[in-house]
Amino acid sequence: MSDVLVVAEHRRGELRDVSYELLTAGRELADSTGGNLHATIISGDVDEYGEDLNREGVDAVHTVDHGEEFNHGVCTQAVEQIANEIDAQYVLAGNTVNGMDFYPAVAERLDMPLVTDAIAFETGDGLSVIRELYSGKTEGTIDVDSETAFVSVRPGEWPAAEGTGDAAVEAFDADIDEEALNTTVNGYEEVGSGDVDISEADVLVSIGRGIEEEDNLPLVHDLADALGATVSASRPIVDNGWLGQERQVGQSGKKVTPDIYIAIGISGAVQHVAGMKGADTIITINNDPSAPIYDIADYGIVGDLFDVVPALTEEFGG
Amino acid sequence: MKILVTVTEVADADDEFEISGTSIADQYLTYDLNEWDDYAIEEAVQISEEHDDIEVVTITFGAERVEETIRTALAKGADRAIRVWDDSFEGQTVLDPSQKARLLAGVVEEEDPDLVLSGVQSGDVSIGATGVALAEQVGYEWAAVVNQLDLDRDSGNAAIHRELEGGVEELTDVELPAVLTIQTGINEPRYASLRGIRQAQSKPLDVMSPEDIGVELEESAIELTELVEPESESNTELFEGSAEDTAGQLAEFLRERGVGA
Repeated sequence: MSDVLVVAEHRRGELRDVSYELLTAGRELADSTGGNLHATIISGDVDEYGEDLNREGVDAVHTVDHGEEFNHGVCTQAVEQIANEIDAQYVLAGNTVNGMDFYPAVAERLDMPLVTDAIAFETGDGLSVIRELYSGKTEGTIDVDSETAFVSVRPGEWPAAEGTGDAAVEAFDADIDEEALNTTVNGYEEVGSGDVDISEADVLVSIGRGIEEEDNLPLVHDLADALGATVSASRPIVDNGWLGQERQVGQSGKKVTPDIYIAIGISGAVQHVAGMKGADTIITINNDPSAPIYDIADYGIVGDLFDVVPALTEEFGG
Repeated sequence: MKILVTVTEVADADDEFEISGTSIADQYLTYDLNEWDDYAIEEAVQISEEHDDIEVVTITFGAERVEETIRTALAKGADRAIRVWDDSFEGQTVLDPSQKARLLAGVVEEEDPDLVLSGVQSGDVSIGATGVALAEQVGYEWAAVVNQLDLDRDSGNAAIHRELEGGVEELTDVELPAVLTIQTGINEPRYASLRGIRQAQSKPLDVMSPEDIGVELEESAIELTELVEPESESNTELFEGSAEDTAGQLAEFLRERGVGA
């Protein structure tokens, strides 16, 4: 038992980026165990996906041709069977919404301890997983005192595997018990389409929890008007219903790439940063200099937004 | 019909804090109801208001201190509460979702709910796996990251939306009994009314030990051995001075970049 299994992810006809990152993370673990790196892709156009997953460092790809889209029942059964077949020591999946919908169940079935949202590994004498704790304010080392483990990996932390490998891409004949499938995926819906397309904006004035109350929103609208910018927001503002979903920046909202992104009262949680790190210039106004937004901001004002924002609006004649 | 809601208290760290051993020193922590669970409670209470004969029971793992948070859930409309605790857990952060799920599974087997609502994750340790692990342990169906829920009691089915990344939702039918992990934004959690707060004081809150619910925990295979504050990677160029000064410098920078011209 020294092999590593990576569960790749696809959605609506495309392999997701995290799949290639998982191959890199999986290679790192396989190098430490001296075992082979296996990948599996379940459902969809598995022949095409299987070839795409054959990147440098991959020893075998197991394809499971069953249905078009992710179904956690199918995925759970298939991953359990493949992991047992290859006697996997470590199994890796993406810490994604669909990942969260299957890996806790697989880890239970395989009786493997589960560590989620890894950002790095320490290998050597066994496995340690580095992950954030306390909303990203700290990083913890979690020692795994077990021969085997299931680890979910945060998207964007490992580079994508590249090149072409010489893996055997083979169909795996999973025995799927249809009786045990008690969920039916009926379709998909795009949300957050509105009059505003924040992904097209050149300048975004983006607002987060720091605005405190809905009644304070005019401060930001006034600034955006004075700058000729578009207003966007982090998740809590949209959850509260203060702005529409079409204005949400982040993992579950939109990815934006403006010339200038002004983050006001936004702490810079990883889910938010995933949606705006492609901005050309990031400016933050946030009174907490230890907030993670300062890890990514190019320019900043450590100050009270209720003082700074009106002053800035005034500078532009607002 | 019975709905069980898992309610967790989470620790929020101050901006400035010190680490003691493998946790943040207690004086820098503020404890509160987990944000995701607030939405799960609201969802359960709304269902109980829309349908007849629905009992909402909360289940919490924690020391006596968490009863304040549990009373908040009762004040928002839950009917009764269960707290599971053993003093041997004092000072430990349970990071193993399987262990947490095992404690909850003991209660689920006792209470036999039709629906279990659990927050997607807890705001402090953010494991995000307990609900689905619980479903697997008790043989329930499940769905993770639910942001819309329509219950059809006659057919024993929940029509749900799962919030995928990038503004896409998956529309799925889930057969009951099931565990659903609830995402923020699914509803608008209410504030507890004064009447609710008064009523909460007289609602049942049962305390049980793992033995009471027939659960014996093995030693966990995963252990937090080190906690550090990550080095700041900040290269941010700061504008310094008063609000007016900094706003003036930023305005000049923005004008140079052609903004607001």
